[in-house]
Amino acid sequence: MKARRVVVTGVGVLAPSAHGIEDFVAALRGMKSGVRHQPKLEALGFGCQVAGVPQGVDELRHSYLGEDELMAMNPNMVYAAIAAIDAWEDGGLKRPALDADAPDWESGAILGTGIGGIDTIAEKLAPRVDAGRVGRLGSTMVEQIMSSGNSARVAGLLGLGNQVSTNSSACTTGTEAVIQAFERIRTGRAERMLAGGSEGSSPYIWAGFDGMKVLSRASNHEPARASRPLSASAAGFVPGSGAGVLLLESLESALLRGARIHAEVLSGALSCGGHRGGGSMTAPNPEGVRRCIRAAVDEAGIAAEEVGAINGHLTATFADPHEVRSWSAALALPPERMPWIQSTKSLIGHALGAAGGIECAAAVLQLAHGFVHGTANCEDLHPELARYARRIPGETLDAPDLDVVAKASFGFGDVNGCVIFRRFHPTPSRRSR
Amino acid sequence: MNQTEVFEQVVGILRPFVRAPEALEAVASNTTILGDLKVNSARLVDVVLEMEDAFGISITDDEADGVRCVGDAVSLVLAKR
Repeated sequence: MKARRVVVTGVGVLAPSAHGIEDFVAALRGMKSGVRHQPKLEALGFGCQVAGVPQGVDELRHSYLGEDELMAMNPNMVYAAIAAIDAWEDGGLKRPALDADAPDWESGAILGTGIGGIDTIAEKLAPRVDAGRVGRLGSTMVEQIMSSGNSARVAGLLGLGNQVSTNSSACTTGTEAVIQAFERIRTGRAERMLAGGSEGSSPYIWAGFDGMKVLSRASNHEPARASRPLSASAAGFVPGSGAGVLLLESLESALLRGARIHAEVLSGALSCGGHRGGGSMTAPNPEGVRRCIRAAVDEAGIAAEEVGAINGHLTATFADPHEVRSWSAALALPPERMPWIQSTKSLIGHALGAAGGIECAAAVLQLAHGFVHGTANCEDLHPELARYARRIPGETLDAPDLDVVAKASFGFGDVNGCVIFRRFHPTPSRRSR
Repeated sequence: MNQTEVFEQVVGILRPFVRAPEALEAVASNTTILGDLKVNSARLVDVVLEMEDAFGISITDDEADGVRCVGDAVSLVLAKR
């Protein structure tokens, strides 16, 4: 089957720092923090009492969703729906009538989540079941706790008739979704795919990480300074939430519709380190990381030097210096010739299953708008990264010539995903010539 | 609580589940819940639970199965009170 070119024609983002393209671009440029103190986490005695939570959703959701829909949707599903509808409409597509006869057979969705509807399980399902009140559960439990709740709801809202599913690969989830959707379009199985991830905001989602002591506990009274990827004072990640969704489309379909093209997806690679070679359930096998990056760059048909910026996984744990060294090894570039390196998590925290989706949106929008956002809170760069200091901007740079961004995510389970975005050029890349 | 008051309260319970708001404007005793108001059939379970709470009654599965139109629901409530 002839490989087809795949482009990004829509972006939807509901992030802790902003909602919508315009505000998100401004928030990235201005390095606006979306991390805030969370009184509920303090009351519950969490070590980490800050988090990134999208703002204003209680009001916003009513302009996207009907009362009957909202009754059966937890925050994870609401976030996914808002970002998916935004991406769809940004792509110039209209929401179909609920009573339209047929779905759009050429459009689908892969919308992942890392933890899913555990807040619904904890707050509603388990207490009622334990109290012997199964008969009081109502009809809305299953659709909120099934792993595919977010994509299933979006399918109904937008009348999607192609593949609709939810992937899950921990913190790689959103990036994996983009790569899987890219492959589906490239191989001719769909014309348009909504792709990304969502994660709700709940102590139940974050508690396990707090119990592992992998969340930041050192900056509860300075929320904007709590997420410190790449720094010497990195003390664990800040939990985040929200959704990021791309509308991916075959170039043929996009041109036929006259759609505005934000960027092209050149390639994507997925791998697992197999919990070997230093990898484990919670730590990456560096060789797995490098193979994944190398495979994505090779498949893109570009030279390593063409990568203008790296939007890393970079969570503010011990793994950041290892990740940067892996990028350097995979690209076979010495520190001084590395692309710009950035961590969006320094601004919004780590949105778990939504992280890849939101950060792919950040990568695409930086290409489309010609800038590289700075990484906050790394003024005390980790000593092992001293040689990379000039490649890790602490302030936002104008980058009108930015042409290629590599975005990677790595997750528990030792899983890896790397996607290569390029500014759209009507002339094909080398790979597809 | 008279029939009119029960009717109004049942309609209030149904309102958030209704997917055909125009049908709700002209709601009458013979308005069907699934056909006219286009309530998702899966949600009837939730409507029954809300009626039980609102009117302090208990509704069996068989009784719930017999409810087709708004008037059926009103009659069921009046018979139980």
